[in-house]
Amino acid sequence: MFKIIHAAYLAPGIRRFVIEAPRIARKQKPGQFVILRIYEEGERIPVTIENSDPERGTINIVVQAAGKTTHLLNLLGSGDSILDVVGPLGKPSEIAKYGTVVVVGGGVGTAMAYPTAVALKKAGNRVLSIVGARNKGLVILEPEMRAVSDALMITTDDGSYADKGFVTDKLRQLIENGTRIDLVIAVGPIVMMRAVAELTRKENIHTVVSLNPIMIDGTGMCGGCRVMIDGKSEFACVDGPEFDAHKVDFAVLVQRNGIYRDAEQRALAEFERGKAQDDEHACVANAVVRQGDLR
Amino acid sequence: MSPTAHRSVNPLSPKERIKVPRQLMPEQPADERAQNFTEVNLGYSAELAQQEALRCLECAKPTCTDNCPVGVKVKEFVEKIVIGDFLGAAAKIREDNVLPAVTGRVCPQEDHCEGKCLLSKKVKPLGIGYLERFVADYEQRMGTHILPDVKSTGKKVAVVGSGPSGLTVAGDLIQKGHKVHVFEALHELGGVLVYGIPEFRLPKQIIRQQIDYMREMGVEFETDVVVGRTVTIDELTEEEGYDAVYVGTGAGLPQFMNIQGEHLNGVYSANEFLTRINLMKAYKFPMYDEPMIDLHGKDVAVIGGGNTALDAIRSALRLGARKAYVIYRRSDAEMPARAEEVHHARQEGIDFQMLTAPVEFLSDGKGWLTAARCVRMELGEPDASGRRRPMQKQGSEFDLPLSVAIIAIGTSANPIIQSTTPGLGTNKRGYIQANEETQRTTRKGVFAGGDIVTGSATVILAMGAGRRAARSINEYLTTGDW
Repeated sequence: MFKIIHAAYLAPGIRRFVIEAPRIARKQKPGQFVILRIYEEGERIPVTIENSDPERGTINIVVQAAGKTTHLLNLLGSGDSILDVVGPLGKPSEIAKYGTVVVVGGGVGTAMAYPTAVALKKAGNRVLSIVGARNKGLVILEPEMRAVSDALMITTDDGSYADKGFVTDKLRQLIENGTRIDLVIAVGPIVMMRAVAELTRKENIHTVVSLNPIMIDGTGMCGGCRVMIDGKSEFACVDGPEFDAHKVDFAVLVQRNGIYRDAEQRALAEFERGKAQDDEHACVANAVVRQGDLR
Repeated sequence: MSPTAHRSVNPLSPKERIKVPRQLMPEQPADERAQNFTEVNLGYSAELAQQEALRCLECAKPTCTDNCPVGVKVKEFVEKIVIGDFLGAAAKIREDNVLPAVTGRVCPQEDHCEGKCLLSKKVKPLGIGYLERFVADYEQRMGTHILPDVKSTGKKVAVVGSGPSGLTVAGDLIQKGHKVHVFEALHELGGVLVYGIPEFRLPKQIIRQQIDYMREMGVEFETDVVVGRTVTIDELTEEEGYDAVYVGTGAGLPQFMNIQGEHLNGVYSANEFLTRINLMKAYKFPMYDEPMIDLHGKDVAVIGGGNTALDAIRSALRLGARKAYVIYRRSDAEMPARAEEVHHARQEGIDFQMLTAPVEFLSDGKGWLTAARCVRMELGEPDASGRRRPMQKQGSEFDLPLSVAIIAIGTSANPIIQSTTPGLGTNKRGYIQANEETQRTTRKGVFAGGDIVTGSATVILAMGAGRRAARSINEYLTTGDW
């Protein structure tokens, strides 16, 4: 059991948890993730590590409510526990002095990009960050990103905050302005990462993306997270999650991430129906989760 | 070898013993069991066990024991069954084998003890596996076992992986008085015994009981730790004070065939398919959250001929598959699966497409599997494995309609520990180098065994490595010599 020390929403549906996990906190490096399971009948899902505090023995994870498990997770608060948290998994980001690095964070992906931005800055890079979100409310970690970036650009799809548009618009501007870019790191929705990859491919700018395929064990055993890199199978959990964006077959990733869409929607619909039926849904759901028999 | 002259408890003469037929294992009818996950074999009754035990010839030099990777004293435990001392028989097995209820079910006895049984020269071999299973189950039903009395040595051993080899090391070393801490990457203990082998062959309850027994003996278990990531071997020895480390992390990464269409939705590795079913209970969705493709009315094939392949396809059948195929590129004779599993699978209606290999997976244009394009093979000259090399028959191409294909062609080395442990030698395939007798690696104080050393093998071979490692670790901890 892994105790939640603190939990708070960063944006609607996006929640940050501080979790007691001393072993993971000691070892976590930027670019890595954890897999968690919240109750006995629960699924295992990969989750972003935003930060960790080795002294206190805690890690911060950031979760966006998307399916049943993430919705349930977001009902938990400080004092609750998570049944299993395993990690840190995946290879850490390759941190070096590249020169000028553009860090692109889309939506909740910003939480994954943040520790990498911190490390790149510390390694002496000029860090230009672009954070994109659907709307104003979903822009997360703005002060944190600003603090580690030489410049921070923000876009919202609907223009409700900062500049209307997509992260690629900003990236294109940088390129068109003649900014010398040595590396781009993009973490976010697949469509965003693909768009970034397409843009930088033409310019021959080395680009790294962090992939999020379906995963079970996270140690290479199941092979469910296989992705096509340069025409070959690689496992995101042991060979990644970061890959050369120009070698990733995004179409295969999109296709494979859709395998269980029907089941996922059904589970979420049942969860929401159950929630709606209950006036005190949050606290009941909490109690049930603790007993580990939520259906 | 002749029957011994020692005073036998067995009332029958050797000639009479040969005349007693091998007692059949009661099993669930094939048509019933093909629909459920309850165990296929139901186990001997005490009467059947005692009747079978009478067949033992009590050889002076028992080849059964010599051919057991963990050296179970077969003759001695069988003798105790003859006199009805079933708990004594269990204790006798436990001296050499900490997981008798497991090996009694999944060990390929025909390759080991039973394969060398003197009886098999004339009649069927002694049912050693069935007898082992009987006494182990009897002991568990009784709920009594004698905990060995040991004195603490003050030494600490870390065991990485709670599969068959890790559990064997833990069970053996705790009885030598060492403190043993087992690290497991998954949320459940048992390794391949829980994520790989299905309920109908090895009920999870059995593994839980065996692990509980080890807990009683004092073994500590910690789940959710991926050694190499969560903590390194160096940290275990230098910071956490472990005097020795045993690496038994198992086979590792599933291999794919690298043919067209392997990324289609509907193509699984056997590890993923079995993990979803066994560990995550995905077939109980939505009661359990982990999903899997619904197999009801679907045509499913497994590619491969080992135990894992059969476990996967027999699971698919039980989950409602309309057609369930084994696609294997060699012939019956080369199939590595246990004879009993092949026999059971045939009874259940699995369709064996022998001398057949897929060359491409076909799609519906939307990313979902619709068929495997296959070719027929014929066997040529023996290859490096000593088995005749399968070669493609010209013009034999055909399409087999499928919704789900499961790849069970083996595994390759998991790199996590090797890449995070400086000085740990590996072979050219990436497996950890370990001495065949002592299981010592190139790193002082670090031992390794099981599939992470040999590549995919069997439960009992992994346990054999565990036994040798435990002996060697004990020696190292006692003498300090490396």
